[in-house]
Amino acid sequence: MINFQYLRTTTAKSAIALLVKDKNAKFLAGGTNLIDLMKRGVTAPEKLIDINHVPLKQIEQIGNKIHIGALASNSAVADHALIKEKLPLLSWALQAGASAQLRNVATVGGNMMQRTRCGYFYDTEMPCNKRQPGTGCGAMEGFNRMHAIFGTSEKCIAVHPSDMCVALIALDAEVILANAKGERKIPFKDFHRLAGDTPQLDNNLKVDEMIIRLEIPVSNLAKNYHYLKVRDRASYAFALVSVAAAFEISNNKITDVRLAMGGVAHKPWRLTASENFLKGKEATLTNFEQAAQLAMKDAKGFGGNDFKLKLAPNTIIEALNLAKSKA
Amino acid sequence: MEKRILKDDNDRVDGILKVTGQAKYFAEYELPGLTYGVLVTSTITKGKITALDTKAAEKAPGVIAVISHLNKPSAPAYEQEGGPQMKIFYTDKIFYNGQPIAIVVANTFERATHAASLVKASYAKEEFNTDFEKALKDPKAKKLQGQADYKRGIENAYKTAEVKLEERYFLPIETHNPMELHGIIADWRPNNQLTVYAKTQGVKATQGTIANVFKIPMENIQVNSEFVGGGFGMALRTWPLEIATVMASKHIGKPVKVVITRMQMFTMVGNRPAAIQTIGLGANKDGKLTGITHRAYGETSTYENFTEGVVNMAKFMYQCDNVNTTYAIVPVDLGVPIWMRGPGEATGAFALESAIDEMAHALDMDPLDFRIKNDPETDQQKNKPFSSKNIKEAYKIGAEKIGWSNRKNKPGSLVEGPWQTGYGVSIGVFNANRGKASVKGILKADGSLLLQSATSDIGPGTGTGMTLIANKLMKIPVNKITFELGDSSLPPAPSQGGSATLSTVGSAVNDVCVALNSAIAELAANSNMDATANFIDVLKKNNLPQIEVTKESQGGKERDSYSMYSFSIHFVQVKVHSLTGVVKVSKIVSVGDSGTIVSPKTARSQMLGGAVGGIGMALTEESIIDHRYGRYINNNFADYHVPVNADVPEIDVNFINKPDPYINPMGAKGMGEIALIGFSAAVANAVFNATGKRIRTLPITPDKILA
Ligand SMILES: Cc1cc2nc3c(=O)[nH]c(=O)nc-3n(C[C@H](O)[C@H](O)[C@H](O)COP(=O)(O)OP(=O)(O)OC[C@H]3O[C@@H](n4cnc5c(N)ncnc54)[C@H](O)[C@@H]3O)c2cc1C
Ligand code: SF4
Repeated sequence: MINFQYLRTTTAKSAIALLVKDKNAKFLAGGTNLIDLMKRGVTAPEKLIDINHVPLKQIEQIGNKIHIGALASNSAVADHALIKEKLPLLSWALQAGASAQLRNVATVGGNMMQRTRCGYFYDTEMPCNKRQPGTGCGAMEGFNRMHAIFGTSEKCIAVHPSDMCVALIALDAEVILANAKGERKIPFKDFHRLAGDTPQLDNNLKVDEMIIRLEIPVSNLAKNYHYLKVRDRASYAFALVSVAAAFEISNNKITDVRLAMGGVAHKPWRLTASENFLKGKEATLTNFEQAAQLAMKDAKGFGGNDFKLKLAPNTIIEALNLAKSKA
Repeated sequence: MEKRILKDDNDRVDGILKVTGQAKYFAEYELPGLTYGVLVTSTITKGKITALDTKAAEKAPGVIAVISHLNKPSAPAYEQEGGPQMKIFYTDKIFYNGQPIAIVVANTFERATHAASLVKASYAKEEFNTDFEKALKDPKAKKLQGQADYKRGIENAYKTAEVKLEERYFLPIETHNPMELHGIIADWRPNNQLTVYAKTQGVKATQGTIANVFKIPMENIQVNSEFVGGGFGMALRTWPLEIATVMASKHIGKPVKVVITRMQMFTMVGNRPAAIQTIGLGANKDGKLTGITHRAYGETSTYENFTEGVVNMAKFMYQCDNVNTTYAIVPVDLGVPIWMRGPGEATGAFALESAIDEMAHALDMDPLDFRIKNDPETDQQKNKPFSSKNIKEAYKIGAEKIGWSNRKNKPGSLVEGPWQTGYGVSIGVFNANRGKASVKGILKADGSLLLQSATSDIGPGTGTGMTLIANKLMKIPVNKITFELGDSSLPPAPSQGGSATLSTVGSAVNDVCVALNSAIAELAANSNMDATANFIDVLKKNNLPQIEVTKESQGGKERDSYSMYSFSIHFVQVKVHSLTGVVKVSKIVSVGDSGTIVSPKTARSQMLGGAVGGIGMALTEESIIDHRYGRYINNNFADYHVPVNADVPEIDVNFINKPDPYINPMGAKGMGEIALIGFSAAVANAVFNATGKRIRTLPITPDKILA
């Protein structure tokens, strides 16, 4: 722990200005992840820029898109009538995360930016390429029950722990980012990244940028949907595997389908091959099973997490079953 | 303690204080000049400290002192040869990762925390092993006898039985993790006077340990511990961190408060040790047990041996002429374990009660019938009758309430969509103790009764139980009775452990009340009052503001003639998801057979807590170590999973509530341990009934169901 300066600002512009002034500055939103990391000595920012008073808490529909400000709390989003009605998958995913107390302070931007829960990452006495590049990956041959089965690298096999982000990638969300010069918009699927050779980077946010808001297209996925999270206890535990599933049926055929998984990769994992397979087909168990099998191509276990090779497809099937039975 | 508002006579006497934040726990005491200590811990698992750089810490703002083996104050017991090996600050040896090696004292907690991070230790590392299974397999690794081998009849008789089984069961380390963090406030004054505010299950034990280490008279030490935020066994000893705090206070001459972190809760205050057990069972085809063999290995540390009653239950719980047990402990480079609720018996019961269920299955018998058929008439180990035992009645009540008749003997028979339903049963048993305790009673002319004893309340509701005993005997309303505890200057009582407090201290309360009643009767007679005269009138007539009685109480010879145990039967219904492997406990019926229920509400709470702890043991709790480093991986509340509300269904608690004629004047037997003992096996048995999968390694997480 080192001393740090606490700053507070009320506009995104000034927040960004403060950020670029100092390499070792960090935004403080709900603080539910950042403060823990500071307490454990994993990160030691010299400046904390409190952005909780920046007016980015909006949840509103503009045209056919729903806008959610980066500082809207997880519970405000989950409980919002608009979200419940039009994007219930997102509401469910949020409800499945953390605890009510945490969701009340955790923000959308913070949730996207939350770091892995890998135990080695949190313990500064153990090796971890994500925390300290070059020290090795403690989990690879250690305790890796919670770890990734897709898109892993030799350097890091951590998973992104968010539930919300699994729904967002399934819903084709877009992220609006801003730096001092202006805004840019990227698809949600391009926000997080795989570990590759730079496991220290969780995502593609640049050092001078701030997350401003999400834009999520309204779709016809509010009828047949389910967020299924498999975990070690019924609440307040990170996912072993989670699946966001939603589809639209017309004339007995699946016309639109979204599938994404959490707890399996360094980023929320969209199941494009499975989606393509299901499109135009009937919502039957056999088809669900085949879609689940397709999703598992290139999956790889590391010992402790081998069970996910079975759990993941099973969870996809069950999530699709439950989405189907919702109608 | 303040007067309480009670809604009904069974309410907790301190309930209002607790839910309104008025109950004061050790860490909440503010002493003038209070300073804050933070412990520095070893980052290696075994070896020696070669250098300790404390300069930066000493220079940090607010720091008063850094104390370690280099500059510790005198603790005479540690200067002598022998005694404990891990004498804090009197050794440079590292016995395990996370061992306290220094304490930094500063004028705020934050400053002490910061300065502690600046202390740098250098080590000479040695090879180590924290892996219990590896030690067990290693022929060179030490194995120490933990309990004398036991044999009745033929050894390993199960091997030649008509129907036999031999299975191995694994229990990982569990960490108590009460909500309240451990710690202590120590205030060492001139002339070797010491006051401590402790989190302890025994104020007298804490007083004794400190007196012994620092070689000062017991009377010089005042230990206060009125409220304890959960112990589950981890506060049954005075830990090195507490001695370190006392040393710090002695060194700087100011009060020092230490509250350890949640992470330190995994390495400084013990745990339930891992255990590997083999059970051999033999039965004849009619379902009579003909042989029981229970062999257990438990984990211990290298610097201190820890043993518990893992194999006790096998010796008497079932009618069987041939029983043998062995129990060995295996040292590994971890902190020393300590009893955790239900202690060794809960470990043993997981194995034995699973095996009993496996045998019933092998015999194609309903496990309930099998149990009843082998229910012992007498204690074959002690060769004595049981003082009281109503197991068959308990089985019947529980079976009816859980809906046992819906159970199918063939596993996997009850299927609804992806969910499979199963039922399981098990029994828990624990020695019904009674020790020696003293209680003082002061009966006042204002109509009140004050009772005092140096016992503890780690949560079960000691004060409530004692108040109800007095209320019944003296017909004084509960809101006029006060029971004071958690203060070492009160009449002595043992530590709160082994489910003995109600039996032990309650008996002394009983004796005090009986004595007070006869004193009043005598006074009444002497002053020509009616024998039924109210004690207030009697005292007033005699111009007495109060009368006072102190009684020491303990059992007599009844234990020579009877075997005394408390029992509990656990019934659970589970639902197992065939695709995701998720297990949900969907229904619980517990039946306690522990004599008279003196305090119905707190007794029920004991059973509720036991069931919740049992769900944890069965499904979620496991302390994980990376044996390459000897460090815990999941030492926090996000990753060490205690059950949450959503894991716990409605719990139907029932009591036989028949007095034990011999144990004590109340006829009440303890029940803290039985609430948990055996519960995990009931869940494992139900999982088997639901799925046909026998899980012998706890906790039963989804991966094990899918495997
Ligand atoms: C015990 C526990 C259990 C949990 N369980 C779950 C779970 O089951 N599922 C789940 O999904 N999550 C879970 N979480 C994680 C939780 O969702 C995150 O901690 C939370 O969402 C982070 O949000 P925050 O606002 O508190 O972020 P902070 O901690 O304030 O910030 C996190 C990071 O985001 C950065 N940041 C914040 N806002 C912005 C912005 N607008 N632009 C750029 N950078 C920004 C900060 O600088 C920081 O680096 C759990 C957390 C805990 C502590
Ligand atoms: S998996 Fe990634 S985060 Fe975990 S130890 Fe390896 S490098 Fe570090």
